Amino acid sequence: MFARKIALLTVVSVLTAPLLVACSSDSGSNGSSEEITLYSGRGEYLVGSLFDQFTEETGIKVNARYGGSAELAAQMLEEGDKSPAQVYLSQDSGALGTVEGILATLPTSIVNLIPESYRAANDTWIGVTGRARVIAYDSETVTEGEVPTSVFDLTDEKWRGQVGIAPANASFQSFITAMRIAEGEEATRNWLEDLVANDVQKYEKNGLILDAVDSGQVELGLINHYYWFRKAAEVGEDSMRAQISFADPKDPLSLINVSGVGLLKKSQENPNAIAFVKWLMSKETQEWFANTTYEYPLLPAAEAAEGLPALDSLLGPDIDLAQLSDLPATLKLLQDVGLI
Amino acid sequence: MPSSPAPRTPRLLFWGAAAAASIAAIPLLYLVIRITGSGIDSILEVLSRGRTWETAGTSLGLAFTVIIASLAISYPTALILTRVHVPFPRSFFTLAVLPLAIPSYVAAYAWLAQFPAMSGFWAAALILTLVSFPYTFLPIIVSLRTSDHSLEQVARSLGRTPITAFLATSFRQSTPAAAAGSLLIGLYVLSDFGVVALFRVDTFTRVIYSTYRASFDKTSAAVLAGILVLLAIILISLERKARGRTLRYRPDRGVANSLSRLTSTRGIRSASVAWLTGLATTSLLIPTASLFILMSEGTRALDWGELTTAVINTVVVSFVGAVIAVGLALPIAALTSRFRNRKSAAIESLSYSGLALPGVVIGLSLVFLSINVFPAIYQSFFLLAFAYAVLFLPKSLGASRSAFESTPPVLEQVARSLGKKPMSAWMFTTGRLSLTGVAAGGLLVMLTSMKELPATLMLRPTGFETLATELWNRTELAAYGAAVPYALALIAVAAIPAFLLSKAILVTKSEEKRPTEISISA
Repeated sequence: MFARKIALLTVVSVLTAPLLVACSSDSGSNGSSEEITLYSGRGEYLVGSLFDQFTEETGIKVNARYGGSAELAAQMLEEGDKSPAQVYLSQDSGALGTVEGILATLPTSIVNLIPESYRAANDTWIGVTGRARVIAYDSETVTEGEVPTSVFDLTDEKWRGQVGIAPANASFQSFITAMRIAEGEEATRNWLEDLVANDVQKYEKNGLILDAVDSGQVELGLINHYYWFRKAAEVGEDSMRAQISFADPKDPLSLINVSGVGLLKKSQENPNAIAFVKWLMSKETQEWFANTTYEYPLLPAAEAAEGLPALDSLLGPDIDLAQLSDLPATLKLLQDVGLI
Repeated sequence: MPSSPAPRTPRLLFWGAAAAASIAAIPLLYLVIRITGSGIDSILEVLSRGRTWETAGTSLGLAFTVIIASLAISYPTALILTRVHVPFPRSFFTLAVLPLAIPSYVAAYAWLAQFPAMSGFWAAALILTLVSFPYTFLPIIVSLRTSDHSLEQVARSLGRTPITAFLATSFRQSTPAAAAGSLLIGLYVLSDFGVVALFRVDTFTRVIYSTYRASFDKTSAAVLAGILVLLAIILISLERKARGRTLRYRPDRGVANSLSRLTSTRGIRSASVAWLTGLATTSLLIPTASLFILMSEGTRALDWGELTTAVINTVVVSFVGAVIAVGLALPIAALTSRFRNRKSAAIESLSYSGLALPGVVIGLSLVFLSINVFPAIYQSFFLLAFAYAVLFLPKSLGASRSAFESTPPVLEQVARSLGKKPMSAWMFTTGRLSLTGVAAGGLLVMLTSMKELPATLMLRPTGFETLATELWNRTELAAYGAAVPYALALIAVAAIPAFLLSKAILVTKSEEKRPTEISISA
């Protein structure tokens, strides 16, 4: 009977489906039990080949689970002690800050590799790469000299409706936190209100702001520097209508934010997990980041990509990154002015 | 099933349906746990924010706009395809179903790439309409094809004009189907994130996402999601009102199935062809052409092995998800198609939870449940398939229910009287006649699962990539050129169930005495 055949076929295929998938996805463990489970807020397209290289060099397999940094953080908090994650690699320090409570203290030999300003005060995570906040501008309508160098110029009437920001994005929120610390609560609130009154344009993320500047939708956009370099690498530097400009080194606009890594508590002593973090901070890996993602290496011995201003020339506002974890007050402020 | 005029609900069926509905309501349970675990102050704080209500208003407004626009597209299209002699009617029918295969975020991105100035409420409404109008088009055309045309002929013979006769009969008969499709669209719009994010509309779901994302403040996010559930309940009750208590099966015989097509003038015919072509162009051609243009701009070579693995994974996991969804939906559909009472209405409403909530809420709720209660299946293939079933069960439920509803219960009663046991009487009559309808619901779940992203990212086995996650991997890094082959592959793969769905609806089994009514409606 037709109905019975369909039912039988369905049962058989449901039971065999996972086997089929197991065969199709490369899950061969090549006989070694040396492996780590990593929650990666950085995409596979970017770092997948890097992890393969780690496995090749050390024989330790990386079970990488990719997702948004914040979503993975929310997931780890929901999983609690039962989380399969051993290592957490995050796009931004904000997400690392919110999971500090479930992260282990890193060995001093690792944390001392990089300057104090790029790691957690309590040594639960360290920065892997640095990103500078920059202003992208439409080179067809704005000259480099006209681009504001101070955050306070952005609320000028001249830029009405012409500034793109990503208020829901972690890097923008870190910048606002930095501004609160550097310029004070009142000044930051006033500035945000002026910005809203000046018809600021809201986007979902940095990449979309850059696309908008590149297609002439807005004249200025606040983004991280490497978005420009990455897009230029994808479509060719000559076809970039958007250009970027670094702000005054002391202005909150020139904040250096970091991507970072931490170990989950139960993996504090896990040699494989520790080896992975050490390897991320090695000169070779740091320079791989510099040349592949155009971010700043944080290991002092590693060199940044050509064409970038030196990291220490972009001092950033006078604050330390650990203070950036005061995210709730920033969110409250952004909610109050109606940006998120 | 009992054959008395006031049937009592069979206990086994009731509990089966209740069990299935409570599985579907897991995300709701999670929200209740999260909301009640917090102080009343934080709840009041969220409720007192002006922005909460402003964005809720935007979301509802967008939902209604998209519903109205979809109906405005669906009725003329369905009328043309049932009443006007146009060339290639079957191809045009399939073309009107295929937009189901295009993920809304891909459509939005493709349009934005060609028209970068697009933004705001109306742009979002346009794209959401173009990808979701088939949800009303399909049930409406099915209703127009199978509704009792003799009524319309009677109305004409009593002196009504063609238009008023249509409005008084066939149109009115189609309202439950249209309302059901509208509900699916409304719930989808409420939970959509991709389109509104790209077109920069501040909707409620965006606020929920940024709350989850930014502060890990689970309480306010859960309270916000709770409000979304309330908005969904408004839509569900409106739909129930529109559906009314009409029983929809047709008299068994003696009714001519097809109304003689309008003797259409050449003007009407060319206008119809222009309408159908324009619709296919905006809903299918523009987005896919835009993707091909984008692909030519990419620079990195395509890894065919990776693409093939992603295709296989996508097809297999969404298929299993669809099978589970159909399995869960069957008892609920069997119950609600025959026994309309308060209990069955409650069971039905509960099972809609998945569709109204954003994927991130469903994802977290299943993380919570699985890791605490069933740690063995955490981040397994089955958990992911199960998540799809919970998310999209209502789509399968609607299709199965309307298939059951259109089968007269008298067939079953005859089988019982011939000595069959209740289960086998049901299998031989209603079950068998509804097979195509049930399968159509499964196809719909399958094609929607293929496009799902947020819950997939959270629940898939580590290292398991689907087309949607591979697409995300690339767009997340603004590697749009490299993302396009995956977007096109996703559309191509999802087009298969969409195509089968359109075939399933066209087919009228000759060995059966009456056409099987199939509807994807909820």
